[in-house]
Amino acid sequence: MLKLFIPCDSVARAVGADQVAEALQREADRRQLPLDIQRTSARGLYWLEPLVECETTEGRQGYGPVTAEDAPSLLDALTGQPGGHSLALGPVEAIPYLNTQQRLLFARAGVTRPLSLEDYRAHGGFKGLESAVALGGAEVVAAVLDSGLRGRGGAAFPAGIKWRTVRDAGAGQKYVVCNADEGDSGTFADRMLMEGDPFLLIEGMIIAGLAVGADKGYIYVRSEYPDAIRVLDQAFAIVRDAGYLGTDVAGSGLAFDLEVRVGAGAYICGEETALLESIEGKRGIVRAKPPLPALQGLFGLPTLVHNVLTLASVPTILAKGAAFYRDFGMGRSLGTMPFQLAGNIRHGGLVERAFGLTLRELVETYGGGTASGRPLKAAQVGGPLGAWVPPSHFDTPLDYEAFAAMGAMLGHGGVVVADDTLNMANMARFALQFCAEESCGKCTPCRIGSTRGMEVVDRLIATRDFSERHDQALLLRDLCDTLQYGSLCAMGGMTAYPVASALKYFPADFGLTTTEAAQ
Amino acid sequence: MPDELLHLPVIQRILSQHQGTQGALLPILHALQEAIGFIPDAAVADIARALNLSLAEVRGVISFYHDFRTSPPARHTLRLCRAESCQSRGSEALAAQLREQLALDDHGTSADGAISLRPVYCLGACACSPALELDGQVHARLTPERLRSLVNDCLEDTAC
Repeated sequence: MLKLFIPCDSVARAVGADQVAEALQREADRRQLPLDIQRTSARGLYWLEPLVECETTEGRQGYGPVTAEDAPSLLDALTGQPGGHSLALGPVEAIPYLNTQQRLLFARAGVTRPLSLEDYRAHGGFKGLESAVALGGAEVVAAVLDSGLRGRGGAAFPAGIKWRTVRDAGAGQKYVVCNADEGDSGTFADRMLMEGDPFLLIEGMIIAGLAVGADKGYIYVRSEYPDAIRVLDQAFAIVRDAGYLGTDVAGSGLAFDLEVRVGAGAYICGEETALLESIEGKRGIVRAKPPLPALQGLFGLPTLVHNVLTLASVPTILAKGAAFYRDFGMGRSLGTMPFQLAGNIRHGGLVERAFGLTLRELVETYGGGTASGRPLKAAQVGGPLGAWVPPSHFDTPLDYEAFAAMGAMLGHGGVVVADDTLNMANMARFALQFCAEESCGKCTPCRIGSTRGMEVVDRLIATRDFSERHDQALLLRDLCDTLQYGSLCAMGGMTAYPVASALKYFPADFGLTTTEAAQ
Repeated sequence: MPDELLHLPVIQRILSQHQGTQGALLPILHALQEAIGFIPDAAVADIARALNLSLAEVRGVISFYHDFRTSPPARHTLRLCRAESCQSRGSEALAAQLREQLALDDHGTSADGAISLRPVYCLGACACSPALELDGQVHARLTPERLRSLVNDCLEDTAC
């Protein structure tokens, strides 16, 4: 029987995967051709979506991007009519974009069905949990410390130190909270993972719960991701039935259970303390730190808060060992990072590689340059609070420290590419406008500085007077300093990055000459 | 508002379903909006009483989060993504096209209640920008023609 694989990922569906699956089924029925369509997760090769894969003795053969109208000709090709097909891609796993990646987190992407426990187990699922139960909590924490894993949400704090702090915070009620409020533009790795491999995140959270002594976990998912919410809820039920959640987790004698909490459209709730407030049922107002959430977090109790990708990295570390994981990467940035290529890019998608490849390799070799074919102007790395990096700096390795050294940050690994039609003064203004709209209002630089900043950019763009322009540019730089050093959290603190980088590298967009900008 | 009294049984049902839930306010508000389409003013006092909160605390939460509505929605809600990735693929021009076609601003609702516009900042479809969400369904690799036809479908659909 002809066996096809088509993603059920929400973005594959947003470009027509459901219609392709229906058209293929309809056409096969008409021909009385037995057909088995399996809906898998997505590979992350989004420019090829909808991507249809066919099982053969030589592995899966790919076709894409397929439209519903291609169904008859595709079935002709698949049933051996000569001539192949114009959309044929050859063996999917030989596509250079994919076979040069180092996929640890996304090893199952595009291969397994998201809610099949059988598929998950057949591809290494629950090996990490088995190892964790055998090792015991103290050893698990030691392994996470030893792996060099750092928080993947953006702050890059060493994960093992958080684990140790929560574990040592005494007995009593503790929590594990997964930050799945992936609000940064240009990022979609959390979404892909939750929709496509929910058991991996669940396994990571169970390991975390057992290791730090928490019996309850929350996954806070943004409301813009309804598919992820539905998949996680279904996955909980499946895992609970299989004995991995409840009063005796995987034969450990310990209890752990999970619940999804849905955000409500507030970007600031991606900040960990605002997120905790939101789970508690309050406005998403940032808390001052200390106290650290590891000691006084959710409902005032010790809480381990991590991004989706951090928690989902843990099963691999436990299954294959800390040394295996640490062997990937460079300097103090160890392991792999799923980079996300977005915006004006020809080959948009997910690229999981060890830290250390350059931005140029990512944007040019993988991304293939701009989608419009126009000259590349800049890439914003790390979401709306990340710096705009000009091509002259593209040889910087993707490494936390190297990016910090040039006044940028890797953040969650999102890269938004822009061509020469995007005006950077407008983007600087947009960053400030976004901050004004999404600020929680607790600290002054963020609440007021964002609005004042928009006004300064407006005056800067409007003026024809040399000295006025000079004054406004100075004021804007000054304001960026105030935001960066005076804000309570990263929302205000990092809004300075896109603004200051736009001003520094693209002064002409603000009407400034290079000499004026240098002053 | 006598109409709102019709919602009281739903409100009571949802409140009792969430008894014992820690930090229940957001789940309750989501459930209410799902069931009724918006958060009726009549619910505020009941929620406050059930959760031992002040009216101001409940209203504060409703107004803080962009998702919560306090009046019935239009028949269709179109949320065009306005974040950086979609901007780099021309979403500002699409937003201008929407404003012109519907004679509405970015947050507007058509007078006949057919369609509401809402900006959204990222739908996670950034590898296939520009994107929008129409009544819960994401459409990516949007073109001006596709946007126009989606809007026309909303305007013609007066049945629901």
